[in-house]
Amino acid sequence: MDKENRLARATVYVKLKDGVLDPQGSTIQRALENMGYHGIKDVRSGKVFEIAFQSNEGKKPEELIDEICRKLLTNPVIEKYNFEILK
Amino acid sequence: MRFGVIIFPGSNCDYDAYMVAKNVIKREVKFLWHQDTSLSDCDCVILPGGFSYGDYLRTGAIARFSSIMKKVMNFARDGGLVVGICNGFQILLEAGLLPGAMLRNTSLRFICKFVHIEVENENTPFTNLCHKGQVLKIPIAHTDGNYFISEEGLNRLKQNQQIVFRYCDQFGGITQEANPNGSLYNIAGICNEKRNVLGMMPHPERASESILGSEDGKHIFQSIVNFFEKGKQI
Repeated sequence: MDKENRLARATVYVKLKDGVLDPQGSTIQRALENMGYHGIKDVRSGKVFEIAFQSNEGKKPEELIDEICRKLLTNPVIEKYNFEILK
Repeated sequence: MRFGVIIFPGSNCDYDAYMVAKNVIKREVKFLWHQDTSLSDCDCVILPGGFSYGDYLRTGAIARFSSIMKKVMNFARDGGLVVGICNGFQILLEAGLLPGAMLRNTSLRFICKFVHIEVENENTPFTNLCHKGQVLKIPIAHTDGNYFISEEGLNRLKQNQQIVFRYCDQFGGITQEANPNGSLYNIAGICNEKRNVLGMMPHPERASESILGSEDGKHIFQSIVNFFEKGKQI
């Protein structure tokens, strides 16, 4: 495949903001405790997105992925995100 | 007056809302398709409950970008009446027409049961036939109804009297036990600052005939009609 058409890949991690109640995380934490893992003090759940994209849209890959995160992948009221780009 | 009920892929309370407007409230009502680019001169647009787009990503997150939502946003900006019920409420939150967000219920379960809600603000187009403190018996049916907003946001809601309904017991007591899903401040329904957009998790369209166990939901539809037919005065 020639270089122009090679897809870039991004991994986006979405987490609930600190201080936002995470019913799923706390249920998992309690389950672990019941299983005998007494050292587990906190579990926060989240989502991971793996995105393949063409990075020749006149936007820097970082800008493009950041925009997607803000517009669709996260709800800024409750979630925060970070991402990695593999070129 | 004419109601419009939007059908998103995965809506499942659309026919209930349509039926109440048509047969119980006896007003004109029209279905609107999510790909429509006109609201067909409807006076009040209802975003019904259901699981639009399978609740993928976040509840309401995909439906919020439907072509009809651009029209709904303009309509709301111009003062048109918009009601989001359950998934409809979630869509309005994602669209930014109402503040806050929904988290998973604290029980992590889908909860489908009758609850009681107290009318916190009767000065809205949606509650003008109710009185403050009135207790309504209306069912909920959701997994993500745990309303969340920042402390600052909650203070704004209180100051502007945007909290319309709160979960309560059958006597109107606002207690933790009466809160089915963990919602902040027992919030069951809110409106925007201009009072023309309402979001509520309980389903008034499922409680508008006595044969269904409660007629209390009818007050909301009748209030909307009253608002229109009495010259839009609250």
